[in-house]
Amino acid sequence: MIEVSLNHDAPPLDLDLKIKSNQTTALVGPSGSGKTSILRAIAGLLKTQRSCIKVDKTIWSDSDQGVWRATANRTLGYVCQNYALFPHLTALQNVESALLHLPESERRKQAMESLEKACIAGLEDRLPANLSGGQRQRVAMARAIARRPSVLLLDEPFSALDRSTAKRLYIELNQLFLELHTTVILVTHDLDEAAQLAEHLCLIHHGRQVQYGTTNEMLRRPTSVEAAQLLDFKNIIRTSCTASNRETSNSQIQWGDLLLEVENAPTLSPNSPLFWTVRPSDVTLVRADGKNTSELGNLLHAIVDELVLLREWAVVTLKVVNGGPERLQMQLRPSALSRHQVRIGAKIQIAIHPSVIIILDE
Amino acid sequence: MDITAITLSVKLAFWTLLFLVPLSIGVGRWLARTTFRGKLWIEALIALPLVLPPTVVGYYLLVSMGSHSPLGRFFEQLLGSTLAFSFEGLVAASILVNIPFAVLPVQRSFESVSRDVREAAQCCGMSTWQALRRIELPLAWPGILSATVLTFGHTLGEFGVVLMVGGNIPGETRTVSIAIYDRIQAFDQTAAGQMALMLLLLSLVTVGVSYVLAEKWLHRFRSQH
Repeated sequence: MIEVSLNHDAPPLDLDLKIKSNQTTALVGPSGSGKTSILRAIAGLLKTQRSCIKVDKTIWSDSDQGVWRATANRTLGYVCQNYALFPHLTALQNVESALLHLPESERRKQAMESLEKACIAGLEDRLPANLSGGQRQRVAMARAIARRPSVLLLDEPFSALDRSTAKRLYIELNQLFLELHTTVILVTHDLDEAAQLAEHLCLIHHGRQVQYGTTNEMLRRPTSVEAAQLLDFKNIIRTSCTASNRETSNSQIQWGDLLLEVENAPTLSPNSPLFWTVRPSDVTLVRADGKNTSELGNLLHAIVDELVLLREWAVVTLKVVNGGPERLQMQLRPSALSRHQVRIGAKIQIAIHPSVIIILDE
Repeated sequence: MDITAITLSVKLAFWTLLFLVPLSIGVGRWLARTTFRGKLWIEALIALPLVLPPTVVGYYLLVSMGSHSPLGRFFEQLLGSTLAFSFEGLVAASILVNIPFAVLPVQRSFESVSRDVREAAQCCGMSTWQALRRIELPLAWPGILSATVLTFGHTLGEFGVVLMVGGNIPGETRTVSIAIYDRIQAFDQTAAGQMALMLLLLSLVTVGVSYVLAEKWLHRFRSQH
């Protein structure tokens, strides 16, 4: 377990974070939210006003007890955004630089092993200037893992790469993380990247932890409006609760003149204002000849207000009949548009299952 | 041609470099890494010899080295004679006058080593000394080379301060620049011309070699794609 407790004024940090060992955790948040500062504080590159960092019971810093372990004495690997390779050293020498505590023969052997693990063997004699972006990233990764660190810190390691190279590297990195069996903390603003690489997500905003949990749980069920916004949930709607059953965790919420059934909701007080959300992909289109609609949950009538056609998806914005003033977004395959005659102004029937409605803390 | 003067000039440049290069690495790195109140004043003080007339610098050095000043008396007790009009005094003056030529290029080259690279060295577990030796010094090398060449060339050519502090004592303080002036005064155009040409060629070769070395070094970092 890695425990990170930080307080600082500039950049603002107010954080108590517990990260599971030997797993990959992504710190996700918008630019300027303090993610990189947290990583730098863990590495000892940023001295915060108050800090307590424990890595598997080893104290790296504790400002209350006056403990401070210098960066060089923290067993970590760090890959920063631009990789910071030593430009005058070859790929092999770069990796060897992290192994100066070993005798020279052992150093070379271990550096070569790291280069192989990072899939960059064969280019060990090249200077960083003669490597492509993806190759530099691999060398930086090889250098970071060479010391067999207890924590591997990655700061937006794909931001300088094109999409296809980054996607190829996701696969390699996932394989590498499995082999290393070490704690990885990845900083990214890209949710897709975080979802591909991390088992846990930690949402960061204004230097605070907004939500922490497994990636699947986080991407499906944000707990607050702030988390839902950070996770790019589109349908965030303010409404009120009309009835809540404590035993079954089922509730009814009012939206405009409609009553929506909600499953697995926290206990809500009647008439209390609340926010709910549903993912556009969880809003389903009911076929015109709709049969067996009883199992689909909340059935609503809606008018298509806007259509945006993307390559893989069509984003349909709906005005729900008798619903609140907010527009609802749903996601469809482009082929479904013509098949079900979904066009602007068309009246369609949609379904929202009670289990996919998420109640959010304000 | 006054071979003694040429040898003396080279000797003066050697001693100046011996003291000034390590000093400029220390001061240049410190100034490049730290920010504090009053840093600009320290930088201004370092750059001062660039703008002050050599006679003014020479005058203050002469006064401070004389037996009437506490510093002069201290060195008189230490060395048995005053620093003024001695080779040791000339070395001290040369070091002071050349501080901007040595420190400024070194400071700029340390500034050009990015924070990310320095932090990467720390994350690799390197001590301050290891990071300096393996990463920072090699990357700052063109600046250090440039500082060395500038200081060497400037020491060979320095005239005003040398004349004020050292006078014109053959074998002790008569450097090649003074010797050229001395030969002109004596209407010995041939000797003055030979020494001037030799100084010109020496300076040209030194600067040229340093440019080639720096370019070769920088070429390594540039992409060959």
